[in-house]
Amino acid sequence: MNLHEYQGKELLSSFGVRIQRGIVAQNADEAVAAAKKLTEDTGTGWHVIKAQVHAGGRGKGGGVKLAKNLDEVKTIAGQIIGMDLVTPQTSAEGKRVHQVLVAEDVYYPGDSEPEEYYMSVLLNRGTGRNMIMYSTEGGMDIETVAEETPHLIFTEEIDPATGILPFQARKVAFNLGLSGAAFKDMTKFVTALYRAYVESDSSLFEINPVLKTSDDKIMAVDAKVSLDDNALFRHKDLAALRDLREENPIEVEAGELGLNYVDLDGNVGCMVNGAGLAMATMDLIKQAGGEPANFLDVGGTADAARVEAAFQIILKDPAVKAILINIFGGIVRCDRVAQGVIDAYKNMGNIEVPIIVRLQGTNADIAKELIDNSGLDVMSATEFQEAADKVQKVLA
Amino acid sequence: MSVLVNKDSKIIVQGFTGSEGTFHAGQMIEYGTNVVGGVTPGKGGQTHLDKPVFNTVAEAVKEVQADTTIIFVPPAFAADAIMEAADAGIKVIITITEGIPVGDMIKASNYIKNRDCRLVGPNCPGVITPGEAKVGIMPGFVFKKGKVGIVSKSGTLTYEAADQVVKQGLGITTAIGIGGDPIIGTTTKEAVELLINDPETEAVVMIGEIGGQLEADAAHWYKASGSKKPVVGFIAGETAPAGRTMGHAGAIVGGSDDTAQAKKKIMRACGIHVVDSPAEIGKKVAEVIG
Repeated sequence: MNLHEYQGKELLSSFGVRIQRGIVAQNADEAVAAAKKLTEDTGTGWHVIKAQVHAGGRGKGGGVKLAKNLDEVKTIAGQIIGMDLVTPQTSAEGKRVHQVLVAEDVYYPGDSEPEEYYMSVLLNRGTGRNMIMYSTEGGMDIETVAEETPHLIFTEEIDPATGILPFQARKVAFNLGLSGAAFKDMTKFVTALYRAYVESDSSLFEINPVLKTSDDKIMAVDAKVSLDDNALFRHKDLAALRDLREENPIEVEAGELGLNYVDLDGNVGCMVNGAGLAMATMDLIKQAGGEPANFLDVGGTADAARVEAAFQIILKDPAVKAILINIFGGIVRCDRVAQGVIDAYKNMGNIEVPIIVRLQGTNADIAKELIDNSGLDVMSATEFQEAADKVQKVLA
Repeated sequence: MSVLVNKDSKIIVQGFTGSEGTFHAGQMIEYGTNVVGGVTPGKGGQTHLDKPVFNTVAEAVKEVQADTTIIFVPPAFAADAIMEAADAGIKVIITITEGIPVGDMIKASNYIKNRDCRLVGPNCPGVITPGEAKVGIMPGFVFKKGKVGIVSKSGTLTYEAADQVVKQGLGITTAIGIGGDPIIGTTTKEAVELLINDPETEAVVMIGEIGGQLEADAAHWYKASGSKKPVVGFIAGETAPAGRTMGHAGAIVGGSDDTAQAKKKIMRACGIHVVDSPAEIGKKVAEVIG
């Protein structure tokens, strides 16, 4: 689950990580009030208005702007809220902005030049440990840095038994070229950041940029936070931060029905038991000349109610021209699944796309007979390739 | 011969008296697997499915000499169950539980690292040595005895592959479901290595999916080993979009080197017989085994 920037910053701040302060606003008037309050609290003169959507590259799409007075706060907030923000990470239609973060200006002049760094915390799947990845090249696209100047990216792997150790925090600060007060502040920053990551059961922190201000303070100016969905049961407060407006509505509905569904751009819907087999089925659809319209894992109990729910989800996508059901019956008997498909089909009554049902495993023969004798416009198959051939035929 | 589990394995079930544990332990016993008991804290001293229930894994090791465990404990407590098994001296820890927090698995995998045990999973269908032991949730009848080893991240796709292999008139030595989570115990490379070194296994099927480097590591190991045993490979998820988790928590394309295409390229370069169609796994095995 992803958090908005303002939510991620609140999380960081609660663990003692210094952040660029801000107040979230739902409309232009709230933005002005937020700006006034922020000036009282922080003394900031200028304000940064930042679109709150789950997508990176917001600045490039015009979703982050500087306001030098309250009139500008009002105008800019009014422009950004309600816009469909297009960034390199969104679709061409963009993402609707529902709220902005009004943030303090932290690039004020002072004794030294402000400097930007990059820092993330994530799992190293190869070693099974968390690591801190950081770079002197802040504020830039890290993939570009990795490609062009890989020697400017550092990693520090953390032993789960000890957590981040003081020497590791110092190493980070040294590698970033810091000294004096900024050095000390960075060691505090990275230590608190790592603790926040572990204790919130996050799966990704990306802070880009981390800023050294002109008066040598280290702070998070942005925060991308992803939480481990499997750990949300012990973080009810964080789970409550979920913003359903940022998610695909069909995927949300499927999730509520207990179906694992990912919306894709193709024309052949599919319903499969098991994630690996579901991906393999998508691949087979492509090889048969179609494009998968979705990933859908119905799970272990493919009974009539679940099959019907899955049908309804798949058919919400108007691009679907055919549906392939691929179930390997193990513990679940194929005849039960076949009966489920028939019952669901009859209940729905208005399925207008061809359906190919491939059932293999326990009682596959009985299942095929059930389908073939049902009188419904459903094609049956037992072999994987046979199912692909039938998909090809109906698309032709 | 076989790997990981056989007819002499002394198997306990952690989470024995829960609904999942009860159902699958029953199926395992029916298959003929040597289940010697189970563990449910607080229910020690009872009898379940005609087998003794223990409060702790240590007791089960002491009383019935358990050396293998299968874990059905709910996600919030599963990592603890893995560490308990390792501490008690269990040698093979097979974890079926899906949805264990990554933070818990980081701790568990670190804890067991220097202990003399092997973790399989989590989020896997388990391990089966046909005719000897089914330590998992797979449908036993699909796996006929034979000379092909299977390593896979997925459940039903493993059954599919086994079914295709059996329909070619061949059979299975051991099928190992390694699981689809970001952190798993036995890696693709380790499982392939076990099977390549098993004298009864004449060919290996290696089924992977998008995300991570496990298949590439296995492919590089295979090439370096110089083994003449053929390996047939398939990677699911060629059509999966980047940045989206496809069911399995670990099945997510993070960069350009963990796509299906990138993995297949490395596997081919290392001498693995890669099929693009999941419908051709069985046929390819028959072809390379000759």
